Amino acid sequence: MRELSLNILDIAQNSIAAGASLTNIEVAEDTAKHELTITVRDNGCGMTAEQVANVLDPFFTTRTTRKVGMGIPLFKLAAEQTGGCLKIESEKGKGTTTSAVFKTDSIDFTPLGDVTSTVAILISMNTDRDFIYKRSRDGESFVLSTVEMREILGGVPLNEPEVVQWMKDYINEQTNILLGGVNQ
Amino acid sequence: MKSLAELQAIKERTLKNMTARNDSEDATRIVVGMATCGIAAGARPVMNAFTEELARRSLKGVTVSQTGCIGMCQYEPIVEVFVPGQEKVTYVQMTVEKVAKIVNDHIVNGNIVTEYTVGAVAK
Ligand SMILES: Nc1ncnc2c1ncn2[C@@H]1O[C@H](COP(=O)(O)OP(=O)(O)OP(=O)(O)O)[C@@H](O)[C@H]1O
Ligand code: FES
Ligand SMILES: [Mg+2]
Repeated sequence: MRELSLNILDIAQNSIAAGASLTNIEVAEDTAKHELTITVRDNGCGMTAEQVANVLDPFFTTRTTRKVGMGIPLFKLAAEQTGGCLKIESEKGKGTTTSAVFKTDSIDFTPLGDVTSTVAILISMNTDRDFIYKRSRDGESFVLSTVEMREILGGVPLNEPEVVQWMKDYINEQTNILLGGVNQ
Repeated sequence: MKSLAELQAIKERTLKNMTARNDSEDATRIVVGMATCGIAAGARPVMNAFTEELARRSLKGVTVSQTGCIGMCQYEPIVEVFVPGQEKVTYVQMTVEKVAKIVNDHIVNGNIVTEYTVGAVAK
């Protein structure tokens, strides 16, 4: 994948497929450690320990249309080639947490890219699900929560064009504020 | 700065203008393949472009949604268009540039963009 934000979109699709009603996406940066951690946590159907072990092996998938699941192996490879790692914690019936640590100072670090598009697409394509997106850097953070948005919007759907545009602008603005101070 | 308070204003504006939404059987559906290989091939900007083009033209009665593996990796990104009462049309190797033409010619004017379909590309 050209951007880690595309891996985030893909890993979150696993949560959708697992029937999750709430998916938490967290992108956390620690500039002193040169580490970026991406976490996708859901309350979907979960996996047994045996399934988790198999998922990390690209010849496993529960789907029937095609034999090989590539999403998690690709994400794992992207993390490992920077000197980081991928971890899956899952419990059948409870949910799954997939997290990957990236070393940002590695020459093989893939840029994060357009996370705003990823979050906007996930929310607008799955208006029956909730998402909480948290972006942080060195202890500072902001959050976008569809639970909160829904309370304000009442009957207006989350895929209403004006709402989608608001979401994109909000995430972009908050991201700039968050990252602005450090680079200058 | 964008704030949650602005959502309140959007809500009031939208509720006033909201006509009965057409998510039913007589809606035209645009479906984008979003499995891993679709995403890797560029499905995200294509989906974004469809949503933005429909919003720009304020087209009602057209929905954009996602699906998993369509089963033809080499042709990703793949987009299927379902117009009620007509056969499904499959557009392949989609790009952002192809989107405006499909919306204009096919969705609005009912003319399939044959050169972008799987039939034309597979030859
Ligand atoms: N969050 C999750 N909850 C439950 N099961 C999961 C989750 N993530 C992955 N899995 C299981 O692991 C399998 C492999 O996932 P992976 O993303 O690698 O491939 P895939 O989704 O099957 O196909 P694709 O190549 O389109 O991603 C899935 O089919 C699913 O059974
Ligand atoms: S994996 Fe490529 S179309 Fe399904
Ligand atoms: Mg997957």
